[in-house]
Amino acid sequence: MSELGLEDRERFEQLVLPHVDAAFNLARWLLRGRTDAEDVAQEALLRACRFFRGFQGGDARAWLLQIVRNTCYTWLEKNRPMELSMEFDEEIHLQTSATPETLAIAGDDRKRLTVALEKLPPRFREVLVLRELEGCSYREIAAITSIPIGTVMSSLSRARRQLYSALANSSQGACP
Amino acid sequence: MRCDFADSLLQGYFDGELSGQRAAEFERHLGHCVHCTTELVDLDLLRDRLQLAQLYEPAPASLRRKINAPLHAIAPTTVASKPRLWHWLAAAAALLFVAIVLGNVGHGLRSDDYQAELAGEIVDAHVRSLQSGPMTGIASDDERVVKGWLDGRAGFAVPVRDFANGGFALKGGRVDVIEGRAVAVLVYERNGRRINVFIWRTREQDSPPRTGSRQSFQWVDWRKGKMEFCAVSDADRADLEQLHKLIDSSA
Repeated sequence: MSELGLEDRERFEQLVLPHVDAAFNLARWLLRGRTDAEDVAQEALLRACRFFRGFQGGDARAWLLQIVRNTCYTWLEKNRPMELSMEFDEEIHLQTSATPETLAIAGDDRKRLTVALEKLPPRFREVLVLRELEGCSYREIAAITSIPIGTVMSSLSRARRQLYSALANSSQGACP
Repeated sequence: MRCDFADSLLQGYFDGELSGQRAAEFERHLGHCVHCTTELVDLDLLRDRLQLAQLYEPAPASLRRKINAPLHAIAPTTVASKPRLWHWLAAAAALLFVAIVLGNVGHGLRSDDYQAELAGEIVDAHVRSLQSGPMTGIASDDERVVKGWLDGRAGFAVPVRDFANGGFALKGGRVDVIEGRAVAVLVYERNGRRINVFIWRTREQDSPPRTGSRQSFQWVDWRKGKMEFCAVSDADRADLEQLHKLIDSSA
């Protein structure tokens, strides 16, 4: 953090630090846990600081979230590579997300939503989190995830459909 | 059964991302498509539910402390009321530290570290590109086609050359974003192994190639003509050095 000059450090504090919540929230949902998220978000912020001189202005939140996302994926590749292959077998995934055992654990709606969201493949989970929790535009999501806007839209569509069907299954027999 | 409109426009309409004309077009469709209307209602219910559940998790105070502490570690601090020798020593040490990190002392060393650090980032990008399956970008062995595609997106004139005769076949190009800047990537193939050459603009002077490895990947990084090049692969380092020579002599 201390590699920046005084002026850059002030700019960093003004532009980037207001988005620490966004950084943590994205990491928390990508890594499915607060402890790992704290470590990885911290690493991402250190990295952001180190590369701050390369930031040429513009959307600081998108810039930071891009670094957070890359850091999360690199961490997942190293520590939980299985999770990244999830997206290639959605069918299996859809079946497992509807097992009664996992759903019984989900008591109130917040828990049920958390379980359903965490069971989505990371690529779908991230677009939903960025759109619904972080309120990002398609353009911002495209910048953060380095995928084209058309793909953002189709990923959101599939993510919402999967989440919706997972929730429909999970609320069978439970109060609405 | 699903409506064709559902996939293309419905999400954009729901998220308020369509242009006025497209939105009007979709609304006309909505007038007689029960399916899309139902789906819109479902999407709205889902959004309400997500909002109500308050799933957003703000950063814990401990994270803020960890980030703020190093940022303020070198800020001017208050003077202790009873200065003792070790206070002065500590202050002198802190000043020396500040001089090292802020000043030009050890500049060359830090620049090297910076380069190695960046090469590490690039290896990570290379790994991601291998894992993301089919390449997004342009797949072509035609120099002009690849250059035409890359120049506009990368924002500078990218030197694109096919070295199929030298054993490095051009496979295409793409644009990656590394630490906030657009980076052009040329994709070569050598004996069935993929080599990515990352290219971005720099203000630094030319520099001879530096090599390193990370995980099981090799990288060679050099600067020429206000551009920095970093070739990454799991191929032999000798191959990367050979490719460096080819690119360097063609520039």
